[in-house]
Amino acid sequence: MARIDVNHIRHSYLPNPRKDADFALREVHHTFEDGGAYALLGPSGCGKTTLLNIISGLLHPSHGQLLFNGRDVTSLSTQERNIAQVFQFPVIYDTMTVYDNLAFPLRNRGVPEADVDRKVRETLEMIDLASWAKKKARGLTADQKQKISLGRGLVRSDVNAILFDEPLTVIDPHMKWVLRSQLKQLHRRFGYTMVYVTHDQTEALTFADQVVVMYDGGIVQIGTPAELFERPRHTFVGYFIGSPGMNVMPVAIDGRTATLGSQRIELPGVPKAGGGAVELGIRPEYVRLGREGMSVSISKVEDLGRHKVVRARLEGREIAAVIGEDETLPAHPKVRFDPAGINIYADSWRVEMGA
Amino acid sequence: MLELRNVTKTVGAAEQIRDVSLTLQHGSLNVLLGPTLSGKTSLMRLMAGLDVPTSGSVWFDGQNVTGVPVQKRKIAMVYQQFINYPAMTVYENIASPLRVAGVEQARIDSQVREAAALLKLTPYLDRTPLNLSGGQQQRTALARAIVKNASLVLLDEPLANLDYKLREELRAELPRIFAAAGTIFVYATTEPHEALLLGGNTATLSEGRITQFGPTIDVFRRPIDLVTARTFADPPLNTIVLAKKSADFLLEGGVKLPVPAELVGIADGNYTVGFQPHHLSLERPNASAVPVRAKVTITEITGSESFIHLDFADVRWVMLTHGIRDFETDEVVDVFIDPRHIMVFDEHGRAVTAPKLAA
Amino acid sequence: MDKTWNNKAWFLVLPVLVLVAFSAVIPLMTVVNYSVQDTFGNNVFFWAGTEWFEELLSSRRFWEAMARNLIFSFIILAIEVPLGIFIALNMPKKGWGVPVCLVLMALPLLIPWNVVGTIWQVFGRNDIGLLGYYVNALGIDFNYVQDPFDAWVIIIVMDVWHWTSLVVLLCYAGLVSIPDAFYQAAKIDGASRWAVFRYIQLPKMQRVLLIAVLLRFMDSFMIYTEPFVVTGGGPGNSTTFLSIDLVKTALGQFDLGPAAAMSLVYFLIILLLSWVFYTVMTNYDAER
Repeated sequence: MARIDVNHIRHSYLPNPRKDADFALREVHHTFEDGGAYALLGPSGCGKTTLLNIISGLLHPSHGQLLFNGRDVTSLSTQERNIAQVFQFPVIYDTMTVYDNLAFPLRNRGVPEADVDRKVRETLEMIDLASWAKKKARGLTADQKQKISLGRGLVRSDVNAILFDEPLTVIDPHMKWVLRSQLKQLHRRFGYTMVYVTHDQTEALTFADQVVVMYDGGIVQIGTPAELFERPRHTFVGYFIGSPGMNVMPVAIDGRTATLGSQRIELPGVPKAGGGAVELGIRPEYVRLGREGMSVSISKVEDLGRHKVVRARLEGREIAAVIGEDETLPAHPKVRFDPAGINIYADSWRVEMGA
Repeated sequence: MLELRNVTKTVGAAEQIRDVSLTLQHGSLNVLLGPTLSGKTSLMRLMAGLDVPTSGSVWFDGQNVTGVPVQKRKIAMVYQQFINYPAMTVYENIASPLRVAGVEQARIDSQVREAAALLKLTPYLDRTPLNLSGGQQQRTALARAIVKNASLVLLDEPLANLDYKLREELRAELPRIFAAAGTIFVYATTEPHEALLLGGNTATLSEGRITQFGPTIDVFRRPIDLVTARTFADPPLNTIVLAKKSADFLLEGGVKLPVPAELVGIADGNYTVGFQPHHLSLERPNASAVPVRAKVTITEITGSESFIHLDFADVRWVMLTHGIRDFETDEVVDVFIDPRHIMVFDEHGRAVTAPKLAA
Repeated sequence: MDKTWNNKAWFLVLPVLVLVAFSAVIPLMTVVNYSVQDTFGNNVFFWAGTEWFEELLSSRRFWEAMARNLIFSFIILAIEVPLGIFIALNMPKKGWGVPVCLVLMALPLLIPWNVVGTIWQVFGRNDIGLLGYYVNALGIDFNYVQDPFDAWVIIIVMDVWHWTSLVVLLCYAGLVSIPDAFYQAAKIDGASRWAVFRYIQLPKMQRVLLIAVLLRFMDSFMIYTEPFVVTGGGPGNSTTFLSIDLVKTALGQFDLGPAAAMSLVYFLIILLLSWVFYTVMTNYDAER
């Protein structure tokens, strides 16, 4: 396993990139620690797959350097980097058995057959497919095929990192739960360095210790799931993480008070605000519905089983609130913002609040 | 009104659809929920007239339309792949079904603009689909389906190829768009969450059979059997087989889980008890809740909630709790089952309902 | 997949049925009629029963021609299939090279059979043909008009030139349908070029290869025009294939009865091959 340093990497698919917009990856500078579980999260076109392919060596960056354990691997081929990758659609060798699929990377590297056998059997146990060893890989279900793709990486004891490119796309919801938790268990037990690319926040947050949120070719925020949820650095993170996303509304700030239309909102501190457009962000989970606070008109209630999402209008803007499954709405509903969940943004970037 | 009467479809030796009877009303949104290969697409093809049932019949507004080909019926379909005419502008794409129908120019224009406004495509009318994002391409396909003024609109996992956030946005808009159109909508999905967001009615499918059909939230809250409950649970439903003795279900170590009051009268014996992950809790939710001891396999934290995977006597459970709760693997925890929220199924997997009181 | 049942469909296939009746069924019945009779001209026929069939099946000439056909088809497949795969593997997958290669590959396929024959007939001549002349100038004694071996060489080279493109195009179609992820995964697994071919490309080409092999086999088995134009079946009978023999018998000697019997046997062989083709293909699909 390895620590991966991404040193000021920029990448463009164009031969002669000039302006920033020509770069699929504007500039990424980050260290993936040895044994960490990372997710690269963002919408399509944000550069997450480009970054993954640069790490795996399928792409060579236009600028910058890539280090594995301090060693420059920028110009090395995929084989030489010794990584494993699981793709969006299962890649298996149709004509081989499950066993031979797993043995393939070892045999290619000239590993003695006795060692191959031992490693393959171990890996089959790890991915729960021991009883399928003799079956042709062609007839398996999508989730089993994905496990084989993963197994071909796990079988090599010396891989530097395991990379995932939206691996659960073709898996049924129920199997997603099983596969995800198995993946996490493998990480806990064996301490692989894992980098997981996805557009699905649930997958990213549940899988990773550190989530790297990307937008428009750059990193917007790196943090634990809790940090991303409670303190989004940018309104994009607030919107992209959470379902529904964070409510963002323009406000005027005066000391500890924010003014929204005719409403005054108490803040947890005094924002060290610079200039620019000032906005208040609050997650629907921190919007309290009750008999006290600011008057709202309810436009819709979505019953999602385990909780309800209330869509309401406050001072002419749409806001969302989350309430429990057994809660009901009062006759004249009002909302209050829990100060713990309030963040203030200037020009879309979060500003700290002082006492 | 679309009616399927005892429809069965076999292809070779495989029974794709088994004895399905279903009635869909005008102006309704109907979700077909089930895993891959459960028969969602096959059923839609039968509804559309792309396939003819092996037995049974399809009725539309009181007329038998079994075997009437799709071209002769007013049907629109939207697929998982974004299917548009690549060489035409968005405007022409939306207008295409109207042109085929020979609608006069002035009306085409007004209808196209109306549909474009509904689907927020107005700024893109002059572009070709390849210059649009995935979400906009699928909106174009949806607009074409809406403008066709079809009596039946079939949507086969239309959001599956979109980014999570785009899905969320379109999902929120779809019920409004559907309500405005007033035709029969059928929407296939593998995701329970999506069915709940869309609302309307849901039919759960399993192995080619419809296990239950009714208002979405009712099917979710009161599944008539274990298969339905499992199909409609994400995270997966937790289950445990328990022996009932008079007013209690017996758990290990002499712990007793009280049988819900209305079910006390059912016969003693073994039952499968099911409950949703968010009905397991780390704190005692009320006096009647009972603790059970389980081993943690792994915890997943989403930032606001934690999914705690548990091993209870070799059965996998998932607990969903608010806040961040991290546990070590193999840590033993006490979790509480709330008897107010349990579902009880008999040995055939049928939900047990309260015995009728003698009149 | 079941299609919607519709009576009108019969009206739509009617023209084809009529056409097939006149172009195939009725002529075939005439041939059957000829094959059991003998004639000395003037439309006078005598009943001959199975005589012509017995004669044909016991004649050396027939079996020799048959053997030539099989050997020819075998050589053609042994050259064109590996060569076709090789060329397809080395064709560019993207960029401006793709249309250029595709057009170049398609060119021989667009030339009519008899023109191909004429081209090679002239091309291979050792007096005025570009190929024949220079081969001889190199000191190789090459004369397809007199030497049976040289005659075979020129026919095979001609067929390879004419039809390898078909194998190339089919294989190429199979190759480009392989998602990039497979190649990437193979790189990561450290697979050699050969392993990539053996475990990714070949399995994914299997289906198109099967089509290519069967098409080329049937086509080469029915070869007529090119050898007829180039060698006329000679020298001697060395390049007389079944089809050429048939024409010689029917039109050269006006032996309508034996020629009809021969056509029928030839027809049955082709029918048998088509059936094998069909069964193999459908079984293959069912297995998938």
